[in-house]
Amino acid sequence: MSEIQQAAPIIRGLPRPLIGETAGRRLEAVLIPILALIAGLGLFGVFIALVGKSPEDFYYLVYRGGFGTWFSLQNTMTRTAPLLLTALCVALPAQLGLVVIGGEGAFVLGGLAAAAVGTWLAGAPAAVGIIAMALAGMALGGLWIGIVGALRHYRGVNETISSLLMAYIAIALMQHFVEGPLRDPASLNKPSTTPLPTAFRVGDMPGMDVHWGFAIGVLACLVAGFVLSRTTFGFAARIAGGNARAAAVQGLPVGRLILAFTAAAGAAAGLAGMIDVAAVQGSANASLIAGYGYTGILIAFLARQNPIAIIPMALLIGGIEAAGGLVQRRMDLPDATVLVLQGILFVAILVSETLSGRLLPALGPTRGGAK
Amino acid sequence: MSADLGLWAVPLAVLGGMLRVSTPFLFVSLGECVTEKSGRINLGLEGTLVFGAMAGYGGSLITGSPWLGVLVAGLAGVLFGLMHGLLCSLPRVNDIAVGIAMMLLGTGVAFFFGKPLIQPAAPMLPAIPFGAWSSLPQLRSALEVSPLFLIGIVVAALLAFMFKRTRLGLVIRMVGDSADAARAMGYSILPVRIGATAFGGFMAGVAGAYLSLYYPGSWNEHISSGQGLIAVALVIFARWNPFACFGAALLFGGAGALGPALQSVGVTEGYYLFYAAPYVLTLVILFFTSSRNRALEGAPRELSITK
Repeated sequence: MSEIQQAAPIIRGLPRPLIGETAGRRLEAVLIPILALIAGLGLFGVFIALVGKSPEDFYYLVYRGGFGTWFSLQNTMTRTAPLLLTALCVALPAQLGLVVIGGEGAFVLGGLAAAAVGTWLAGAPAAVGIIAMALAGMALGGLWIGIVGALRHYRGVNETISSLLMAYIAIALMQHFVEGPLRDPASLNKPSTTPLPTAFRVGDMPGMDVHWGFAIGVLACLVAGFVLSRTTFGFAARIAGGNARAAAVQGLPVGRLILAFTAAAGAAAGLAGMIDVAAVQGSANASLIAGYGYTGILIAFLARQNPIAIIPMALLIGGIEAAGGLVQRRMDLPDATVLVLQGILFVAILVSETLSGRLLPALGPTRGGAK
Repeated sequence: MSADLGLWAVPLAVLGGMLRVSTPFLFVSLGECVTEKSGRINLGLEGTLVFGAMAGYGGSLITGSPWLGVLVAGLAGVLFGLMHGLLCSLPRVNDIAVGIAMMLLGTGVAFFFGKPLIQPAAPMLPAIPFGAWSSLPQLRSALEVSPLFLIGIVVAALLAFMFKRTRLGLVIRMVGDSADAARAMGYSILPVRIGATAFGGFMAGVAGAYLSLYYPGSWNEHISSGQGLIAVALVIFARWNPFACFGAALLFGGAGALGPALQSVGVTEGYYLFYAAPYVLTLVILFFTSSRNRALEGAPRELSITK
């Protein structure tokens, strides 16, 4: 194997952010995911037809339940709030070529830390309590995924496997604390931490039934997009993601970039956990383990790891999930239907990657077409 | 009627648990060992395992024969393996990412079709009572061994022989070590990798059938808690050696059995922490066996995960 191949990106074939590319590549970057989404939805329609249900009804109900009315749209935005942040947990390390899939762990620990700090600070002013809870959630989440980055950088431990193992450990830790040391003795049927003081609950945005978490998630995606595309820090990360060895030769601090990006990724997921506790659950309990971290992986890949593109993709997937209940009731389909749809979309978007550089060859030179 | 063994009950329960819990680890890791030797990694085996558990349970229920259930699960696994193998043969498609997607897809499809299977009871796989000579009920139950466990040991030996002594084993190793060399020798890379991934899928499907038809012996949506994924990490720890996979599977089986064993003698404090033992163990082992600067010793050089 030649030296040039040795210095290839850590993960070959991972969708790369497309900044400074030709017009043809930029157009492809939008066209290919859209084609993949259409193909995925079509394939799923075939699946629904094969099990003897009507695909038209399914898609109509998804539209009605997820996007069609102001009520369902608000429902979708509420669902989307944590997904924006857990998708960032995947997209940020992906800039460096790392595939981190353990956002679920940072999410549940962020929620646990927030609940513990909130209980501890009961009686403090609302702003102090809420900010402290957010910081606690981000700190523990950031530490958790930061460990994954450190293991990768200092020991070469594969981050995909270690992050998922860390997620299982995090869930076990959360359950240990919720059913043990931090359990509210009054929570009999469903072990939970002590309910948060009302002052520390995150409320709805003015004029709508959607909590502030949605705005925070959108803001986080915009900030991440800005940092990646408009700052030297983001530029350094993109260089390192393209070719870690070349970046190190150029004197870029690859190790510090890995630690910073994994910690920021974990902080995003931890913040999502804090928001779920402060705006939805009111305490930390097993309801935190709802798979937001795993859905975030799908969204990040659908968005081709672009933080701005996460916003529409999270709304799409959040809407499909929000419509899940309606589809289940009306069509008598199992709740796993949404999982099947997500799996098919996921496979479709990854396979569509094979078209890149080949869909619009006439529009300009492409980069790295060969495997 | 159980004799009072005091704390001796714990190692005995761990031994029994080890023999029971290790089998799915063994099957998944042997299959993944072949896949990785050919230069691909399939993280989707977790999804295949869950689907195999569902398909095996359903197969046993419909045909009335648990062994036909195992076969159904294995064939379902082959389909998932072929899908992964074929999709990853397209240019620019990443095997790790497709694995993650198939983890989600396999689990989703299994839950979708598995809903009606939660209630009915399917015929279970038999056990071989190696402890029948003993009068201790705990020992008798610890030494009840599934035939699949023994088959797993035989498969490990056959695979070790195949890699060392046969042309097929050599071709798989060559494809995994240097695609260029294999091409120069006139072998096509893709059929070997697709076949190796299909074999990995078969083994993971069988492992799933073991879960639903032997131990724990029921089908539900919590049937697997990451065994498929741990087994993938375990192959790295076992250095792509089938016999080492067997040892590693026993070790992980023991770690997985620790929590329930302690619970059975009344230690309930920190139950969830013991439950996390296999994950912590995997992480610690990965920490000590990985290296910052060089590829892992014995790793197939085409494998993306160790580069």
